[in-house]
Amino acid sequence: MRRLWITLTWLVFSILILIPLVVLTTGAFDEGGAGFVQALSRPEALHALMMTGLIVLVVTALNGIFGIMMGIYLVRGTWLSRKLRQLFNSIVDLPYAVSPVIGGLMIVLLLGPDTVIGTFFEQIGFKVVYAFPGMVIATLFVTFPLMVREVMPVLQEIGTDQEEAASTLGAYSWRTFWQVTWPSIRWAVIYGTILTVARSLGEFGAVLVVSGNIINKTQTATTLVYQDMENFNVTAANGVALVLAVFSIGLLLLMERAKKRKEVL
Amino acid sequence: MNSTLLRHKGWTWGFRTTVLLYFLILIVLPIAGVYVNSLSDGWTAFVQNIGDPIAWKAVLLTLKLALTATIINALVGTMAAWVLVRYEFPGKSLLNSIVDLPFALPTAVGGLMILVLLGPNSIVGKAAASVGLDLVFHQPAIIVAMVFVTFPFVIRAIQPLLEELDRSAEEASYTLGASRTRTFFHVILPAMVPGILSGAMLAFSRALAEFGAVVLVAGNIPGRTLTASVYIFGEVESDNEAGAAAVSILLLTLSFIILWLINLVQTRRMSR
Repeated sequence: MRRLWITLTWLVFSILILIPLVVLTTGAFDEGGAGFVQALSRPEALHALMMTGLIVLVVTALNGIFGIMMGIYLVRGTWLSRKLRQLFNSIVDLPYAVSPVIGGLMIVLLLGPDTVIGTFFEQIGFKVVYAFPGMVIATLFVTFPLMVREVMPVLQEIGTDQEEAASTLGAYSWRTFWQVTWPSIRWAVIYGTILTVARSLGEFGAVLVVSGNIINKTQTATTLVYQDMENFNVTAANGVALVLAVFSIGLLLLMERAKKRKEVL
Repeated sequence: MNSTLLRHKGWTWGFRTTVLLYFLILIVLPIAGVYVNSLSDGWTAFVQNIGDPIAWKAVLLTLKLALTATIINALVGTMAAWVLVRYEFPGKSLLNSIVDLPFALPTAVGGLMILVLLGPNSIVGKAAASVGLDLVFHQPAIIVAMVFVTFPFVIRAIQPLLEELDRSAEEASYTLGASRTRTFFHVILPAMVPGILSGAMLAFSRALAEFGAVVLVAGNIPGRTLTASVYIFGEVESDNEAGAAAVSILLLTLSFIILWLINLVQTRRMSR
């Protein structure tokens, strides 16, 4: 029995994850190393990778800071009523339940060229939808819960004793944060950051709808993979996808290490 | 009042307002917006949009395929979690690390991997075609894509429960002369059920919403291979935002109900 179950598990993992990864890699080098280099050195590929990098940077910074603060307010914000905090707490998870395409559609409905806000921004010369800001907003929406959900349980677990002690001893609240709260949530924040980077790197549906997937303008790495596939440019799609996969696997390894450190605390 | 204190209070107030505004504008406003938008033209327009056979067939198909994928994952995930917790074997830590890979990989990359693996030019695709089975751009590939994307949920929900499980109950069962099968179904399985349930519900809601992996392998035959998220995307592309919004709120409401159920299960388990 035991043998059978272990073999079956190996089989499932191989078919679902390992073999597809191997196929992806061999597919990227279908036309040799030169083909792989060529797929990546296309101007649209370089531009797409740069767009993805920029989005990851902006989104991780914004959602990192606001996510930590939101987590702290939801756990410690006694200035908010308990009921309100519970309500906000359940709203934080909503982006998980929203299909990425719908997330993108929401931004288009709210800020698109036919809307009041969209027209206003367009008149002051600021394009939101089918441009970089819209893509950032879409990715912000999708990745918002990640940091909040990492920070909150740690804050709940450590309790308020140390922070209260620091406050009664007269420490300024920023100092309390840096010297008491920060050291205990540090690994949760690192973990949340890695999750946010991974998710914004791979965001596809929301960005595809909001960006319009305009080549050399609003195309990201994932939407380029999609377009290459639509154009039956399989080797190029595999090449870009392989780069994304390597990044994701690297982030996964980092996550494993961060998780171990988090558990030690 | 001390002026530094005043300045400090102003800062605190400004900071709190900024964070709450960010949260409300980023999360609440768009969700409220899509509901208001699709209901603003009145119920008849909404019902008309939903009544479009292509639309409701896409939603029904998505429900059916997501349910199939969830059942597969509940079975396979239970087995994999059991093997990963209870048995020692070569490659165990490798498998345990790559469980999360479907979460880490961009969904478009996941879809591409399935497309290349099962496509008409691949070994699997050729073998299937020779027995008259179409995989890619048909339902099997969509189910595989959904299974791939939601693979970690059930495993990760069961693993901690199995690790916590008190071995003495199991041993007592053996000492009392119960067989292995009987012990499994009466002692071990009940302990895993909450994990299987919450993991399966998470997987189901994710499968309903999945777009990236599915769009690459789905076709566009209404009622057969056109899923709801792909339908929404198509409607946005062809500038029918009202139609897209109507199907969206149908799908959204469904997902919110599932999310609420998951919360209910989890709070009940915690209060026990």
